[in-house]
Amino acid sequence: MSELLFVEALTRALGEEMERNPQVVLLGEDIGRNGGVFRVTQGLQARFGTERVVDTPVSEAGIVGAAVGLCLARMRPVCELQFDGFSYPALNQIITHVGRYRWRTRGTAPMPMVIRMPSGGGVRAPELHSDSPETYFCHTPGLVVVTPSTPADAKGLLTAAMRSPDPVIFLEPKKLYRHLRGEVPDGEHVTPLGVVRTVREGEDVTLFAWGAMVEVATATADALAQKGVSAHVCDVRTLSPLDEEGLLAAARATGRVVIIQEAPRTCGVASEIAAILAERAMYDLKAPIQRVTGFDVPHPYFSIEHHHRPDSARVLAAVHGTLEA
Amino acid sequence: MLYLRVFDERALIYHRHGRIGTWAISWGHEAIQVGAMFALRDHDWAFPSYRENKVGLVRGMSPTDVLAGCRGHPQGWWNPNIWRLGSISIPVASQVPHAVGFAWGERLQGRDTVALAFFGDGATSEGEFHEGTNLAGVLGAPAILLCTNNQWAISTPIHQQTRAASLVDKAVGYGIPGVRVDGDDVIAVYLAVSEAVERARSGGGPTFIECVTYRMQAHAFPDDPSVYRDDAAAEAARRNECLVRYERYLQRLDLLTPEVAARFREEWLAQMATAITEAEALPAPDPSLVFDHTYERKTPAMERDLAQLKASLAQGAAGKTSGRAP
Repeated sequence: MSELLFVEALTRALGEEMERNPQVVLLGEDIGRNGGVFRVTQGLQARFGTERVVDTPVSEAGIVGAAVGLCLARMRPVCELQFDGFSYPALNQIITHVGRYRWRTRGTAPMPMVIRMPSGGGVRAPELHSDSPETYFCHTPGLVVVTPSTPADAKGLLTAAMRSPDPVIFLEPKKLYRHLRGEVPDGEHVTPLGVVRTVREGEDVTLFAWGAMVEVATATADALAQKGVSAHVCDVRTLSPLDEEGLLAAARATGRVVIIQEAPRTCGVASEIAAILAERAMYDLKAPIQRVTGFDVPHPYFSIEHHHRPDSARVLAAVHGTLEA
Repeated sequence: MLYLRVFDERALIYHRHGRIGTWAISWGHEAIQVGAMFALRDHDWAFPSYRENKVGLVRGMSPTDVLAGCRGHPQGWWNPNIWRLGSISIPVASQVPHAVGFAWGERLQGRDTVALAFFGDGATSEGEFHEGTNLAGVLGAPAILLCTNNQWAISTPIHQQTRAASLVDKAVGYGIPGVRVDGDDVIAVYLAVSEAVERARSGGGPTFIECVTYRMQAHAFPDDPSVYRDDAAAEAARRNECLVRYERYLQRLDLLTPEVAARFREEWLAQMATAITEAEALPAPDPSLVFDHTYERKTPAMERDLAQLKASLAQGAAGKTSGRAP
């Protein structure tokens, strides 16, 4: 075990998998000599050379489009998009090709690529540097959408993503890069995609969260514990396809559900989880499902973003509503 | 070229009879498609747009498979690895970065494969044309960026597509060689692409080639070009189109007679008749194909949906519920 920052765990995952698999190549803007704007790829170009860690022109659709070609050539590209909001110029490639190529070719041309990007707010960034675009990807069949919430998962899930036969959108909560430190297994560490993580077990209410919101859920659970309320916390981890059985088990553990999501509310992952629980666990629920989400507005100026991102106060209010129902 | 032309002519008729779906016709583009494909080696790849829906035939794909695809039947879906062809790309210009990434990936692995992207004049207005071509230049990818300038992007003429005097001028901006060639001359296309292939294979990087021709037919069907263009220009283009020119050339060299050309046409017409019959006789696809191949494995939700679909089909077959109007 090593005590690592979230960002360091990601760098380890990339470096160790590149060591193991010569087909893995990294491409993105400023990822080489500069190590990426968040330094996730720091030192990798010096270690693996300019042909495996490639500084590209400013060209999101070009990066992802080239990765489609690289997959056809039997490589395993890992694309870095510099910010969440800059994934939009690449959406055409992601939706029309990355998500469809396997289907279109009846399984003969899979797209085993990873598209990494920093995601979410909380770092006082300018416009389009704090978006939570997860729903666009979750709504696209053929993609796997993953977001880790701990350094150990950052390494384990990214390693699994680089071995996935399906294309993985890997959302890195930028708030956690240098803010969160934790124990990370040394050497090969793979965390299966598509499986929820039980953060802690509880009996009174289930909190669902993912990415940077897991920390909010945990802090809320701590506050609830002091008041004698036992919260079950479930880290969703893979946003698409969802681990339905894992979600159902976590909801049934308490019968009361609050879902915490940083992204805007409408048609979000929280809505999907709520629908699944309503369809399949209605009679196990003791109260209406609550959602605590970002508002249906663009991520606001950073001086007021703390009003937008769900915090413990908003989650506590929802939990009390659920407990009183 | 004649084979492709006959295919196109018949496909148009089959479309009008409702026997195949949308068909993007490319009468007059055969010199570009055949000339370019013949300049590639067997292991080189091409990345077609929707108007290169026949280039598979040049690689040996059966006409039945191409027609099956046009009938929305999975039999016609392409296996890129067999034909060394990327999927037909419907979003304009999006295949350009694919060809570049593929060519680059092959070079990284020490193979001397070259990739060629087909696209039209309208595609040069898209961001992905720029991004792909720019990336090809920067990476020195062994890619051929082959533009079929047929003067029309659906109803938009080339002078409304760009203010550039010619599309080949764009190559300068990417720092790569640009070649403008008569797209109605199959030998000129073959030579231009051969030279670009040689340059790419020997480490000289990408080439942009503009093949100038004229779209004599509609964009696709149903599209009515009489709404937006003067048919006289199309008529003039027909008099000088690639097949007419190449046949005349071969006849001058005593390599072809009108009788032999007519016999080839008859043979291919017969092949097409067989192909459409075979395509129509293909069994209906298994409904489970709806859920196959989106991911490597079906998700549990897909398994559940598939089970429901199968149950409902079984009930329908047993006459228990109609499910739909009789």
